[in-house]
Amino acid sequence: MTAATAPVVRRRRRSSRVTPGKIIIWVLTALLIFVMAAPMVWLLISSFKTQNEFLTGGIFDLPAQWQWNNYFEAWVTGNFATNVRNSVIATLPSLFLLLLIGVAAGFVLEVMVWKGRNTTLLLFLAGIMVPGQMLLVPLFISYFRLGLTETYWPFILTYTAMGLPLTVFMMAAYFRSVPREVFEAATIDGASMLRSFWAIGIPMVSNAIVTLGLVQFFSIWNDLLVALTFVTNPDLATIQVGLLNFSGEYGATNYGPLFAAICLNVFGTLIVFLMLSKKIMAGMASGAIKG
Amino acid sequence: MRSVLGDRKTIILLLAPALLFYTAIKVVPIFWSLGLTFFEGNVLRGFTPAGFANFTRLIGDSNFWESLTFSFRYAAVATVLQVSAGYLLALLYVFALKRSSVIVRTICFFPVILPTVAVAQLFKRLFAINPQPGPVNALIEFFGGQSIDWLGDATTAFWVFMIMDVWKSMGFFAVLLFAGLVDIPEELIESARIDGANGLRLVRHMIIPLSLPVLLAAVVFAINSTFKVFDSVIALTNGGPGNDTTPLTLYMFRTTFTYNEYGYGSTLALALTVVAFLITILVFRSSRRDITASGGAKK
Repeated sequence: MTAATAPVVRRRRRSSRVTPGKIIIWVLTALLIFVMAAPMVWLLISSFKTQNEFLTGGIFDLPAQWQWNNYFEAWVTGNFATNVRNSVIATLPSLFLLLLIGVAAGFVLEVMVWKGRNTTLLLFLAGIMVPGQMLLVPLFISYFRLGLTETYWPFILTYTAMGLPLTVFMMAAYFRSVPREVFEAATIDGASMLRSFWAIGIPMVSNAIVTLGLVQFFSIWNDLLVALTFVTNPDLATIQVGLLNFSGEYGATNYGPLFAAICLNVFGTLIVFLMLSKKIMAGMASGAIKG
Repeated sequence: MRSVLGDRKTIILLLAPALLFYTAIKVVPIFWSLGLTFFEGNVLRGFTPAGFANFTRLIGDSNFWESLTFSFRYAAVATVLQVSAGYLLALLYVFALKRSSVIVRTICFFPVILPTVAVAQLFKRLFAINPQPGPVNALIEFFGGQSIDWLGDATTAFWVFMIMDVWKSMGFFAVLLFAGLVDIPEELIESARIDGANGLRLVRHMIIPLSLPVLLAAVVFAINSTFKVFDSVIALTNGGPGNDTTPLTLYMFRTTFTYNEYGYGSTLALALTVVAFLITILVFRSSRRDITASGGAKK
């Protein structure tokens, strides 16, 4: 037996024993967690400092007084409330529409039998390869001529269309894992396909819909390209555009409120993630295998 | 039953909305954009036919070649770093932490879902030199070094991008590759151990070949996303200093919406699409050869 296999075998027998291998792993893991968490801790602490503390005080010092006011400032003066509202208005309708028509299309392309369904699936699949930049110019011209720029419509229309290829493709894959016999039995019992879709298809893939919905939610919520292209009016800016231009609004950067705004963005997203993380992870793993 | 499963009315009702959206907002614009490459102008001025002028301009445009080179360099280095960091993490999860990896996995996955703009704003301050040295420079000074103007120089700015990208994405690739590693049968690894394969040799000759398909899927995914990098560049350096950190995506965006050259912007978008497409095909091709080669070697 070589020296390197010894710790492995010993650990198997008595897991409470401390070995050099284990210590190395612990140190590495601790270092990893530090690297991942430290920037966020620093961000959080800095968001409670005054401008003066940030500029002249020690970089790792705690604030003398926790400035909750920074958050108020970011929320109200920094237009953050408006940005959040805009992001919600842009994201939720797109997400709903995207899932509704994407799931329906996935169902038709996988469960139903008709000529040309493989070609149609390929057509959707091809869309994954095309970068968003390829669509920007014609879409901008169209929205401009239709008078839709400076409204929420470009967000909703573009996000829905851009999310479709992945949604349709993944939903078709998920429907593949539902046994065909289920739908055939329903048909024998006299259910129409439309009814099968609502009463059987959707409930059977509801977990997949939630997972895919989360993935799409984050990709729409975090988008910058579309949000930056079609809307220049600050009153319609999404949370990402608002954060990008945050420093500009004050002339000289006001660090406390800026950090507070980043914090709201970061920890808001983290809370959503923590509530739903199990589902995301499970979906990611199964998606990787199927994709 | 065939007729119910193939009910035309249901098919049209359920498929038409998606198909309509997809055609109107993706398919038509793609061809429209192709057509625009033969025009010049913008929405206010109107469009005039330009023949192949946009393409000849593209060939001679040094800004285009520079931004393309930057995109390539970014994609190549970031892909290698992201996937190897993710792979090391996945190995750590599967073989060292085992059951207790859930917490570490979740912590490392945090940055993946964060908005790129927020992460870039954070890293801008972490690596700041003005008005006050950020934590990174503070650490350097603490150990007796000189503060570095990280984002003021093209080379150091590039590495800040790489650090940020790895920090943000390695958790994603770790979970992706984790799924592939978990699928390797325990007995295979156990029998290799009995045959005397230790840590590094086990990884090189057993685990890497067995997880190659997932590894290559991760590479394809990483190249595709890093080659199209946009958000983090705009938020971290905005392409500067000068044009030194301007990828093709940002150059296209500026040409179109800052300089209002829609025809040439479409040509740049086409170039971006074609190059991204070629890279993907290239990787897929070489990956297929790799899989069969290692499969043959095992037998």
